[in-house]
Amino acid sequence: MNPGFPLLSLLTFLPLVGAAIILSVRGEEKVVAQNARWTALWTSIIVFLLSLALWFGFDKSSAEFQFTEEVDWLPDFGIGYHMGVDGISVLFVLLSTALTPLCILASWESIGTRVREYMISFLVLETMMVGMFCALDLVLFYVFFEGVLIPMFLIIGVWGGPRRVYAAMKFFLYTLAGSVLMLLAILWLWYNAGTTDIPELFAYEVPRAVQGLLFFAFLASFAVKVPMWPVHTWLPDAHVEAPTAGSVILAGVLLKMGAYGFLRFSVPLLPFASAEYAPLIFALSVVAVVYTSLVALAQQDMKKLIAYSSVAHMGIVTLGIFTFTPQGLSGAIFTMLAHGVVSGALFLCVGVVYDRVHSREIARYGGVAKVMPGYAVLFMLFTMASIGLPGTANFVGEFLVIIAAWKVNPWVAAGGASGMILGACYMLYLYRRVVFGKLEKPDLKVLADLSAREYVVFAPLVVLTIWMGIYPSSFLSFFEASVAALLARHEAALNVAKLAGM
Amino acid sequence: MFVGAIFFPLLGAFISGFFGRLLGDKVAQWTTVLCMVLAAVCGVSAFMQVAMGGHPETIVLLRWMDVGGLQVNWALRYDTLSVVMVAMVTFISTLIHLYSVGYMSHDHTIPRFFAYLSLFTFMMLMLVTADNLAQLFFGWEGVGLASYLLIGYWYEKDSANKAAMKAFIVNRVGDLFFMLGLALTFLTFGSIEFPVIFAAVAQHTNDTYLGINSIELIGVLLFLGACGKSAQLGLHTWLPDAMEGPTPVSALIHAATMVTAGVFLMARMSPIMEYAPTALMIVTVVGASTALFAATIGCVQNDIKRIIAYSTCSQLGYMFFAIGVGAYQVAIFHLFTHAFFKALLFLGAGSVIHAMSDEQDIRKMGGIWTKIPVTYLVMWIGNLALAGIPLFAGYYSKDAILEAAFAAHSGVGTYAFVCGIIAAFLTAFYSWRLLFLTFHGKPRADHHTMEHVHESPAVMLVPLLLLSVGAVLTGYVFAPYFIGELEHDFWHGAIFNGAHNHIMHAMHEVPEWVALAPTVVGVAGIALAFVFYMLAPALPRALANGLRPIYLFLLNKWYFDELYDFLFVRPAMWLARVFWKVGDAKLIDGMPNGAAALAADVGRGAVRLQTGRVANYAFVMLIGVVIFVSLFLYSLFKGA
Repeated sequence: MNPGFPLLSLLTFLPLVGAAIILSVRGEEKVVAQNARWTALWTSIIVFLLSLALWFGFDKSSAEFQFTEEVDWLPDFGIGYHMGVDGISVLFVLLSTALTPLCILASWESIGTRVREYMISFLVLETMMVGMFCALDLVLFYVFFEGVLIPMFLIIGVWGGPRRVYAAMKFFLYTLAGSVLMLLAILWLWYNAGTTDIPELFAYEVPRAVQGLLFFAFLASFAVKVPMWPVHTWLPDAHVEAPTAGSVILAGVLLKMGAYGFLRFSVPLLPFASAEYAPLIFALSVVAVVYTSLVALAQQDMKKLIAYSSVAHMGIVTLGIFTFTPQGLSGAIFTMLAHGVVSGALFLCVGVVYDRVHSREIARYGGVAKVMPGYAVLFMLFTMASIGLPGTANFVGEFLVIIAAWKVNPWVAAGGASGMILGACYMLYLYRRVVFGKLEKPDLKVLADLSAREYVVFAPLVVLTIWMGIYPSSFLSFFEASVAALLARHEAALNVAKLAGM
Repeated sequence: MFVGAIFFPLLGAFISGFFGRLLGDKVAQWTTVLCMVLAAVCGVSAFMQVAMGGHPETIVLLRWMDVGGLQVNWALRYDTLSVVMVAMVTFISTLIHLYSVGYMSHDHTIPRFFAYLSLFTFMMLMLVTADNLAQLFFGWEGVGLASYLLIGYWYEKDSANKAAMKAFIVNRVGDLFFMLGLALTFLTFGSIEFPVIFAAVAQHTNDTYLGINSIELIGVLLFLGACGKSAQLGLHTWLPDAMEGPTPVSALIHAATMVTAGVFLMARMSPIMEYAPTALMIVTVVGASTALFAATIGCVQNDIKRIIAYSTCSQLGYMFFAIGVGAYQVAIFHLFTHAFFKALLFLGAGSVIHAMSDEQDIRKMGGIWTKIPVTYLVMWIGNLALAGIPLFAGYYSKDAILEAAFAAHSGVGTYAFVCGIIAAFLTAFYSWRLLFLTFHGKPRADHHTMEHVHESPAVMLVPLLLLSVGAVLTGYVFAPYFIGELEHDFWHGAIFNGAHNHIMHAMHEVPEWVALAPTVVGVAGIALAFVFYMLAPALPRALANGLRPIYLFLLNKWYFDELYDFLFVRPAMWLARVFWKVGDAKLIDGMPNGAAALAADVGRGAVRLQTGRVANYAFVMLIGVVIFVSLFLYSLFKGA
């Protein structure tokens, strides 16, 4: 790839071009809808194919930012348009570009109203997501980070379920409220460091006294996004009301933004505060795992159950990040990716039956395996992946995090690992009530098994789930160098302080 | 050959599972059988080469993970220990596949069943050939998955679903400890690859973690993991319930293979266990207690499969206390012989159930021995082997275990010996109770069922007969290799005995009465059963009435299920509801909602600017974005 070629900008803004094309289509509603679908699909597929250049072109041995682009934007303020990816972010860009076409395909029939606007929202959402993971300037990052909220808010608020307005409000206010504090932190950094360029900021040493304050300012924003206990309650509501594809993106990509924030800002910029408050994060993470797993057990709504399970899995992620060990960080990043695939797939599984029966209530189902064997197999695969069965994606991440956590504190490891048992409880309980059992409800007896389109949607996710489980090296190798560099910097910062103290 | 033994079953599972409906029942099931036969051929020839020929080998397939010093490969480790398991698993699994062709012939989803069976076999093989703890865990969890699928095979039955879930979750409790043990292993040794760990154990004997010796702690954690899979006291509750699955499943999983994984793990980790004397003491006590405890329950159960299931539980206890006293070879030998006669017993029971039109309650059987003579014969052989009657397979291995326990000359060893002898008596008693009630006496089934009693087809009888041969001969033929004079060359260092551990010699030098005792109590048990169920059938009822509390205590399996329900299940569900309804809904959401109400009040009074509609806010943000973009474009043009 030609180094001057603005690949990341292209990936980021190409969806907007697609959105503009859809916007310009006029005519009969049905035709417009069909055109919008195809345009959105093709746009997202092209974006995905282009993003594959990252997969093949990325130099795994380097921890540097690659594919960088830099343009002066507001030079007087030290703010620039700076894009680039390193090992930590590159796969999230791919995750975003891979999930978007699947989401569009999954919404093919289930969205019948305002298709044009829906597809535009999705493409705008893709722009924001990709931009967020590529941004190497704090202001730019903030713009994308907050920009994600808008299309997501619309997707939930317009195409959601009956309580969509409440859910959308809650989602918006929670995430926005946290971000305000982050904005203050960004302003402080900009004011004192004189730049918002992220690589430059890495070289800037934040005074120890303010690190704590900044850490909590960032935490306020990221904790909501992750979401960490106890600011997680927006998530189940948002998931329940969101349309299927919205849930997929929400779980697959949006939940990763918080953890990505920790990795990108909190840990490298604020090494002391990160080390100092790591026990707090551990406590919150373990509570998240145990508490939300138990809550998941009591749910009667499929989507809510999976939403709560997401909170538990993200607890593993935050746990891993703050162990400051190579296994912990790699495990956390891997769990993020795996969770993006698996929970996305689980929401699609719910979507499949929801499209047919229009109910998310678990008790409404039972014995589906009889009429939908193909569906039962897929659902089983993703259930097992969610439980973290070895050979599937989630296991690798969880395994690495638990190993790392044991180094730090065995009780934390045991707390995190208890999710293994509880996860099995709620997922199998869900599966048993939906798929197994006697097929008694008359309207379930005529359900059709997966259609060809649905198989196409699931196929890449199945491949990824197993691939990531059997041969995770092809993913782990991407972030190995970056993780090592991050840790080296973290330790160096702590050591300098120790020496200074002596 | 080495790879084939492992991956043929996977191939079979794949073909039958995904193309089963396309190929039809017949083709799919025979494909899996064929794959299993190939695997068995590979497995047995591998046994010849590795164990008999003495050429261990490790084949690396693929790098699994490599993260900051943690390196894990997909590899096949072929040493005597694993090849014994590979040969045994592939051989028995093949016979069970064959048997299932007959047993499951009336089922509606035959390819699914065979795919599960083959998948299970593959996972078990991955487990035993693992070269590191992570791959072992892959197989470990894999057999958990396959058994979950097989126990819940008849998914329309609620009880089957419950049993399947229970099996998986109870196993997971053990797995949690396994995982923690694995993490500690990595922390201690910096690796989870067997060759690296085993070579380094001696240097780490004084490491401590949390004030406890690391090696001891690893030993205990891994043993707790093994307890889950091998249904030892405390984590045994899933095994009897697992009988909800089709009978061939019980034979394969809950007798011959999966439940032995824990025993295998302990033997595999012998280099670590040898440096963990306290952990070994715990293993001995738990194993001995399980052997006795399960035997007591077995005496009063009425479901033919459950009786055998408890006997499995009890026999696993024997294997564990053999390991506890340091006689790993003997434990594996018992595992090996037990696989043959236990599979035989289960399949024989399946044949009975088949004949009795799916009746499993032995109180409703009786008087059928003339109608199904072959089944009757093989059940006799199986029971003789199980009870440890001389010349049958169980005699060689069980006697050796008891001798080893005696020869340990330790407190726990003696405890194990006493428990073992009592359990041997009970084992013989309940085995013949089963035999007499099932086959002898007056028919207690209804007329209609009795008319339909028939011998099973040849496809079921052939595996039974082959297993009978195994149940008779494996002890006599293999004893010299596993535990006799050829032991050293046979194992080729696959099992480690510490310098202080002389049990393999000491067990041959016990007093005469010790060697004789198991046989004597065995015969006594049979005699008692004969008195109770043939001569004076009123006696057991009188006894049950006279000692009602004890009888009920045993019948209800020591009330473990009720206890766990009270201790874990109910509190968890209660907590779940409280966390959800109170924690989330009232406390966590209460605060922001309250704050929102407050803000709304303030806002209503003061400012009209805020419309309170998020859509408007979104609009404002959109404008913000537009401004940023314009600024960007502006600066671009300015630059140009």
